Order: sequence, then C-alpha cells, then structure tokens
Amino acid sequence: MILNASGCLDALAAPEVARSLDAFVTKTVTPQPRQGNRPVRIAETEHGMLNSIGLENPGIEALVAEKLPRLVELGVPIWVSVGGFAATDFAELCAALDERDEVTAIELNLSCPNVDEAPESAAEIVVAARAETRKPLYAKLSPAAADVAEVARAVQAAGADGLSLVNTMRGLVLDTHSLEPTLGTETGGYSGPALKPIALAAVFRCYRATGMPIVGMGGITTGRDALEFLAAGASVVALGTVLFADPEAPARVQAELMTELSARGLDQPEDACGISHRAAATTVA
Amino acid sequence: MEGVGAYTLLRVERGGLEPGVPGQFFMVEAPGRLLPRPMSLCLAPAGELGFLLEGVGPGTRALCEVEPGERLYVFGPLGNGFRLDVERPLLVGGGIGIAPFPYVAQALGDPPVLLGFRSERHAEAAVLLPNAAVVVEPTYVTEPLAELVEDHDVLACGPEPMLEAVRALAPTAQLAWEAPMACGYGACYGCSVEIDGVLKRLCIDGPILEAA
Ligand SMILES: Cc1cc2nc3c(=O)[nH]c(=O)nc-3n(C[C@H](O)[C@H](O)[C@H](O)COP(=O)(O)OP(=O)(O)OC[C@H]3O[C@@H](n4cnc5c(N)ncnc54)[C@H](O)[C@@H]3O)c2cc1C
Ligand SMILES: Cc1cc2nc3c(=O)[nH]c(=O)nc-3n(C[C@H](O)[C@H](O)[C@H](O)COP(=O)(O)O)c2cc1C
Ligand code: FES
Repeated sequence: MILNASGCLDALAAPEVARSLDAFVTKTVTPQPRQGNRPVRIAETEHGMLNSIGLENPGIEALVAEKLPRLVELGVPIWVSVGGFAATDFAELCAALDERDEVTAIELNLSCPNVDEAPESAAEIVVAARAETRKPLYAKLSPAAADVAEVARAVQAAGADGLSLVNTMRGLVLDTHSLEPTLGTETGGYSGPALKPIALAAVFRCYRATGMPIVGMGGITTGRDALEFLAAGASVVALGTVLFADPEAPARVQAELMTELSARGLDQPEDACGISHRAAATTVA
Repeated sequence: MEGVGAYTLLRVERGGLEPGVPGQFFMVEAPGRLLPRPMSLCLAPAGELGFLLEGVGPGTRALCEVEPGERLYVFGPLGNGFRLDVERPLLVGGGIGIAPFPYVAQALGDPPVLLGFRSERHAEAAVLLPNAAVVVEPTYVTEPLAELVEDHDVLACGPEPMLEAVRALAPTAQLAWEAPMACGYGACYGCSVEIDGVLKRLCIDGPILEAA
C-alpha cells in the first residue's frame, strides 16, 4: 500500500496524483488556521531538501466544512494528519474528526521540527487523543528522539494503533555567497534520500520493539527503497519529497516494487513485511 | 543547446507535452539534482519546447551543460499564463526576464518590447525579439517605460526590484513573479507569497499576477 507523506501533496490541486495512491494523507491540520512561516521556505541540499513551511493550513473547521466534502469525491480513503501545541489541541482535533465517516484514520503529528513542541510527552498526547476517538490512531514520530523505540513502546501503551516513521530532522543550509541561513526560519526539516538510512533504522527498531503496523517513509524514491522499508517492518510506505520531482512516482514505485517482490518469489507486499528480522529471530536449538 | 549572449537556449522534443499559454512554466529536471527547476516556456517551434537559461546556481548550471540526446523529465505546462486579451500590449523584460516573451510576442503578433540588461553581452539575447528597444545598465527599463506607460497594457517579467518599479508606474500591469519552488503543482507550499493579505501558492495562483 502506498500513501503520500503528510504535507507533500494537495489532493485538491492534483487530484490525479491523489487517485494514484491507496490513501491520501492531508497536510497537518491545527485547531486554528495558520499562515505558516515567512519565506524562504525550501532549500535543496546535496542529498535532500530542507523545508520550513510551518504547518500552513486552514484550521480544522475549514478542513471539515470545505475540504473534506471535496476530498471524499476523489474516491480515495482519507487520513487526516493533526497537530497542535498541547495535548488538549490533539484531543479537540480528534473529537472533531471522530464522527466523520469519510475519515479512515488519524495521524498524530508529534514531531514537526518547524513548530514549537507540545509540553506533554508523546504518550500523554496519545492518551488525550485516544479518549476522543475510536478511529485508528497513527503516531508520527521524530527520528531525532534519543530512543525512538522507547517512544514507540510508550505510545503503544497509551493506545496508539500504529506508527508513522519518520518525520523530518532539523537541518541548516547556508547561502553560497553570504553564508547566512537560506531559510527564513534559519533551520528547517531535512527530508529526501539522505533520511533513508535513519528512517529505516527507526522502522526496524520500532517494529522489533512493538510489532505495531508501521507507515514507513523517509527518502523513498524507488521500488527497491519501498521493499527495504517493508523488509524492515513497515506494512505501508509513504512518498514525500520524491513527489515534487516526480508526480507519477506512486504508480512507478508500485510497479518497481512488484518487480522486486516477484524477483524474490514473493506474491504481494505483505509477504515482505518484517523479513529483515528473520535472521535475528533464529535461535540455535 | 546554443548560447544566446550570456544565456543558453535549451530545446527539447515536445513529445506529448502541450506548450500551454504564454507565461506558463514547466518544471525541468536538473541533472544530478534532487528537485526540478521552474522554467518559463520561451519558444514553441514545431515539435519542440525551448527554454532560455541563466546559469546562476547548481541546477541551472547543470541544465546549461546537458548534451543532445540526454533524457530530461519535463512537467507542465503549469500555473497561469499572461492574459492576452489586451488591446495595446507592451512587453517589459529585465535580464533573464526576457525568457517568456518570444512565445508571448508570437501569440500577440509582435507587440512593442522594452528590454533591459546588465551588460552588452547579456543584451545579445535581444536577438530573440528583433523589434525590441534595448537599454543596458546604468539605464533601467523603467526610464523609457515612463514615457510609454500611459498608452499601453504592460506585461512584465524580471527581477523583483524591477517588477516593483514597473508596478509603481503601471498599476494595471501583469507581472510575472518568482519564488523558490520545489514542486510547481501546489504540493509543497514552498512558494507561498502574500497577495492582498492572503497567502497564495505562486505556482498555482501565479506566477502571473495583476499588479493592482
Ligand atoms: C515561474 C518561474 C519561471 C522561471 N523561468 C526561468 C527561465 O525561463 N529561465 C531561467 O533561467 N530561470 C527561470 N526561473 C528562475 C530559475 O528557476 C532559478 O534561477 C533556478 O531555480 C535556480 O536554481 P539553481 O540551482 O541554478 O540556483 P540556486 O542555487 O537555487 O539559486 C541561485 C541564486 O538564485 C536565488 N534563487 C533561486 N531560485 C530563485 C527564485 N525562484 N526566485 C528568486 N531567487 C531565486 C537563490 O537565492 C540564489 O541566490 C524561473 C523561476 C520561476 C519561479
Ligand atoms: C515540504 C514538506 C512539508 C511537510 N509537511 C508536513 C506536515 O504538514 N506534517 C507532517 O507530519 N509531516 C510533514 N512533512 C514530513 C513528511 O511527511 C515526511 O515525514 C518527510 O518528508 C520524510 O519523507 P520523504 O523523505 O519521503 O520526504 C513535510 C515534508 C516536506 C518536505
Ligand atoms: S512550488 Fe510547491 S506549492 Fe508551489
């Protein structure tokens, strides 16, 4: 199954791209509308890119009233990514979405490097969100946590149904000439191919620590990348930065993945989930 | 690939791509780089698309060096082009801002053109618009424009300070703006600019905006 990574596709601006996905994930929505950060908001690096969009979004009310009805028409399952500055924000957002049948799952963005973090721990936020909704809850974690597997165990105990791994990591790009930060906010979130080994490690460790369903992302560009995320323990993969250069990536990655699977005698993506762990699971009799 | 003064003209086979409305742009793969680069369509000869490039950084320099036969991923046309229902068009370009105008001029039947460049070598690009009046720094296009603006509908493309100066002279001008773009199709929110107090994505709500 292939999704987009939150914030990397506007399904209403590019419906044909959204329809090529197995589910569409919205950009993170907050309780109130947000203007986002001042420009410059993007900068390319040698092996990735930085962004400091700053969660520009219309707020939950406008999302539910104006965007959801139009998103439903795409005929693609919808996941809503929610974010906030306190556990109460997440609770409010989940309550607003709980009754919406058109919402398949909720992703809790616990890890945006471009906004201040909520004072509560990830687990406290999941508890607050869980109290307001029965929809599947995916906790999106930062790869920068000291021990991401520990955070994963904590959100599992708090009632999360799955994990989204990973969000961006903080990075800095300096202007070629002035040596001043290129981005308006100075630092921003680093995504793209450079993130892949870090993201794979997070998926690998969290799968082993929790066995939860994982949406794997971070630098996926090819079917081979997708296969590696599945092998490390992801059950679903999401495409982010690659969509900017290649809007046709979902169909391409899917086709490449099927070729990779059949070359290994595997019938479907599920058959690859967690196969990297086989060796580790073997014990001498 | 051919040099046009200080710039480089890149011609690619059109394949299934439409040239679109003059002023629209394409996202062009920059070999060896992660992100494509936005480029205005400059020329649309039969079966081809032409882009005029200024090598200012790694992406545009890589594009200036592609060899015939190389494969490039090109995506577009994107954004909103110029409104062509104007009665007395005048095209005003600064530097690489000349890029969209050969295609615009073709659509409008060779309207008058004012071009400003920072050196004689850059000004050689004016061969793409044989009717153009050309000024070179320290003269700015806004000098001759001041006398023509009353009787014309201005379409302008160039660096931001030039566009601001044109806007001050010609409040109804159509201006082609730039912003850093990662995707060009509304996906990344990297190109947001404030227009009349509202944030808009320049790639889908622009890049051409009415001045007023
Ligand atoms: C709609 C649109 C149409 C364009 N059409 C053309 C065209 O026809 N021909 C052409 O040569 N260029 C055009 N450009 C500009 C071109 O896209 C940039 O010069 C290019 O992306 C720079 O990439 P780079 O890697 O070479 O340099 P970078 O290292 O990315 O940039 C070099 C310098 O330019 C600045 N810069 C980069 N991108 C922009 C931008 N979009 N706006 C303002 N400053 C910027 C950087 O801050 C830096 O100082 C267009 C831009 C837009 C938005
Ligand atoms: C421009 C941009 C905007 C993003 N916005 C969000 C967002 O709103 N919410 C979120 O959870 N993640 C956001 N992300 C992070 C991505 O969802 C993803 O976790 C990350 O980019 C890693 O995947 P990738 O390397 O494939 O891009 C954004 C990433 C980019 C590049
Ligand atoms: S360039 Fe990505 S939204 Fe405009």
